[in-house]
Amino acid sequence: MTLRNSAGQRKERGSVVKAAPRRITEDGVAIDPLYTPEHIVDLNYQQDLGYPGEPPFTRHPYATGYLERLWQMRLYSGFGNAEDTNARWKFLLNSGNMGVSAAFDMPSQLGMDSDNPQAAGEIGRVGVAVDTLKDFEIMFRGVPLDKVAASLNTGDSSIIMFAMLVAVAEKQGVPLNRISGSLSNDILCEYVARGTWLYPPKYSLRLNTDITEYSVRHMPRYFPHNVRGILVHESHGSPAQEIGFSFAAALEYLDRAVARGISIDDVGPRISFFFGAGTRIFEEAAKFRAARRLWARTVRERYSPTRPEAMCMRFTSCFGGHWYRAKDPMVNVARAAYGVLGCVLGGTQGMLLGGYDEAFALPTERTQRLALQTQQVCAYETDATATVDPLGGSYFVETLTNKIEADTQAYMKHLQDMGGILEAVQSGAVQRGLADRYYQIRQAEERGERLVVGVNLYASEEPEPAPELHAMNPDVARRQIQRLHQVKAERDTAGVEAALDRLAEAVNTTDNLVPVVVQAVSSYATMGEITGVFKRAFGSFQEPRSF
Amino acid sequence: MIAKPGLDGHDMGAKVIIRALRDAGMEVIYSGLRQTPEQVAAAATQEDVDVLGLSFLSGAHVEHTRLTLAALAARGADDIPLIVGGTIPPSDIPILLKMGVKAVFVTEAALSEIVAGFFAAASKINDIKEEKQ
Repeated sequence: MTLRNSAGQRKERGSVVKAAPRRITEDGVAIDPLYTPEHIVDLNYQQDLGYPGEPPFTRHPYATGYLERLWQMRLYSGFGNAEDTNARWKFLLNSGNMGVSAAFDMPSQLGMDSDNPQAAGEIGRVGVAVDTLKDFEIMFRGVPLDKVAASLNTGDSSIIMFAMLVAVAEKQGVPLNRISGSLSNDILCEYVARGTWLYPPKYSLRLNTDITEYSVRHMPRYFPHNVRGILVHESHGSPAQEIGFSFAAALEYLDRAVARGISIDDVGPRISFFFGAGTRIFEEAAKFRAARRLWARTVRERYSPTRPEAMCMRFTSCFGGHWYRAKDPMVNVARAAYGVLGCVLGGTQGMLLGGYDEAFALPTERTQRLALQTQQVCAYETDATATVDPLGGSYFVETLTNKIEADTQAYMKHLQDMGGILEAVQSGAVQRGLADRYYQIRQAEERGERLVVGVNLYASEEPEPAPELHAMNPDVARRQIQRLHQVKAERDTAGVEAALDRLAEAVNTTDNLVPVVVQAVSSYATMGEITGVFKRAFGSFQEPRSF
Repeated sequence: MIAKPGLDGHDMGAKVIIRALRDAGMEVIYSGLRQTPEQVAAAATQEDVDVLGLSFLSGAHVEHTRLTLAALAARGADDIPLIVGGTIPPSDIPILLKMGVKAVFVTEAALSEIVAGFFAAASKINDIKEEKQ
């Protein structure tokens, strides 16, 4: 059949859609109205996609995808005193949470004891308050570390939290090689976006590598790095910036591990990543696929591993943060479902999901349970997991995957040209770049170019009913300080002093500090006391004046 | 001045507001992270700011605002208008306003609205300063 237009002239097939306007993303990437085989004519299946579980792992890190094992649904949680967090963890485990993921309050993340005047107003607010090992012991009551994976999320206090985990495992009688879970242990991303840094990079990196070395040697099931590109994502970084920055950070950690004599075959498989996801389903799926392929190629080229697992990028993902809006918050439930889908189609190994009330407060039991159920619907009711990498071969997604890989490589080169990631971070250049991008995005939204349902599109003028929010228990601070003083009164003071002295000595050597920190936490030295030793030896990081 | 009292390290909101205010012609000083309410009050007084904005994504907005207002008052600088923004639950807004905060902007607020709010507060204090002269 010959196609003709209304004037009777011959029309080329596909000419109408091909002439339709292209959409331009916030990063200036043009999306064609239709994708055809022409877009991926150079794609080589074996080289560029391959099979799941085999390099370059584009389609999935594991051979059978989700067919035998779903992603880890592991919501992040913590608040108040240790027993409050323990109760919420148990509620979540009963609701289908797979493992626990600890959120710590600001003083704990910054190595401050709860009786420090600067901790006032912040104890137990954004996470659980931890002063000594006693808090960890209470937090992990009935949470056996050989059965429940434990993820810890923090910045420069990583080594202390890690040591407490090791000490609790000892008390539970769980051998180290049975512990699974992850630890942020990622100070470079922290410098640009979350701000829980303490020491200058040179020293933080030393602590990072000590943890990695200890974990690789003693804890084969544990991930001592969870490199958080999500912080760049939450600072409104583009896919290329998020992946590129986190890869640059991860390579820095790997370089240092390898320089210490740890084989890439041993440490490569123990690196994991933590990325953010938004509502652009196909872009997110493409981003994760591009990331896996680029990581495999990069690790192979840089380190020449002999085990394929050393090149396999595994990641946890999260939808939440800035994607959750304050206005008309119930709409966030719909947004979350799309966020989950993008991650699952991208082959995530784990997912966090905030409560839909995240713009206001920590989540309640109800909103956390709903977040788990949102993931469960995707896993058990949709067909997103019916086959591995369902989007593989899509002309659109493969084109996007190629584009994001190329853009990410360009960004990594840009960081190198800036003098490397350390230099880029200390100069404030990365932070400025992210702030600029966020400004453009905000303006686009206010001009109505970026549409947000309920906010600048079909926004209701009706006053919204006040949401039922998580309430902070006013007694938390008093109870925490009381517990801290009680622990200090009951502990063996001489033992603590000896442990801290040993730490102060060890800090000046090149010894691995983890065992000494484990001894210190086991003697019930406080976070503030241990951090004090580090601060005296290392000094403090000076925030670059980018503004 | 835009300040981050307390320990919270999420500064993207503060930075985008600084940018918007500067683009609108206001001279803005940024306090940096981890400022105590005392340090914020000292800096604001020293710089003789026309308006002080506090950014909170930590949930600690009520306590830290109260402490900042007290620190300003102790310096005789309680005529500096305070604007608060961030992850503020709706139920806390009246509490802050009752303390004497001039305006509260949640994360959803439009930059144009926030900028207008800052200029309005700044021009009021300028009127008062001119009258005093």
